[in-house]
Amino acid sequence: MKTRREALKQSAVVAGLLASTGLFTEQTFAYSTDAFHAKTVADTVKALGAGAPTESKDITITGPDIAENGAVVPLGASTSLPGVKQVLILVEKNPAALVALFNVTDAVEANFSTRAKMGQSSDVYAVAIMNDGKALYAKKEVKVTLGGCGG
Amino acid sequence: MADPMRIRAQASGDKATVRVLMSHEMESGQRKDAAGKLVPAHFIQDVEAKLNGKTVMTAEWGPSVSKNPFLQFTVKGAKAGDKIAVTWKDNKGDTRTDEATVS
Repeated sequence: MKTRREALKQSAVVAGLLASTGLFTEQTFAYSTDAFHAKTVADTVKALGAGAPTESKDITITGPDIAENGAVVPLGASTSLPGVKQVLILVEKNPAALVALFNVTDAVEANFSTRAKMGQSSDVYAVAIMNDGKALYAKKEVKVTLGGCGG
Repeated sequence: MADPMRIRAQASGDKATVRVLMSHEMESGQRKDAAGKLVPAHFIQDVEAKLNGKTVMTAEWGPSVSKNPFLQFTVKGAKAGDKIAVTWKDNKGDTRTDEATVS
């Protein structure tokens, strides 16, 4: 069980990262280039125009505790909250944090799974961006015994 | 032209779980070849899923999605006999669409 203090501290760290950036001036294409070039979780969320991410119990990230092969790590993100606009899956220590971005419509559930490459052990994040611009996240640590970004 | 996707859509109640296995290199642009040159990135950028011709989900992917990507999502209101079509487009402009019937 996480204490309130710890949760607040983490939120503050993420918010701090967010404040220390803001250099992206590339124009936006249909493809969210900025978001896919962002190095950190906070930058990514910012590039997508959402507010500072806060941790939420209503978001679920699924993945293995230990991944033997970093080239194929099954990751899933889901939430039962209404009003979700986008669901993101991120790996914190990859060269670019964002793995996949799903645009949610009324016709699909906010529940997606895919497989990601991970260069090293890292925290993985599931972020839900709500229609009102709030960003909520959940994270989980995945240990990788063999990296997936090398040859 | 890329190999076909394998799509399985299974209805349970008023929802259908769709599993897609695409065939794609998903080169990250981080790797070097034997001569030490960077292998250029080649990966799926856009994914779109349609139920009976109506778009139900779009996704954008980065190069860190695994080779031969797997994708699972749940479509509301889909029943047996409905058509699920999935389209991807990569950063070199290649595109492929495959269709499956919900069972």
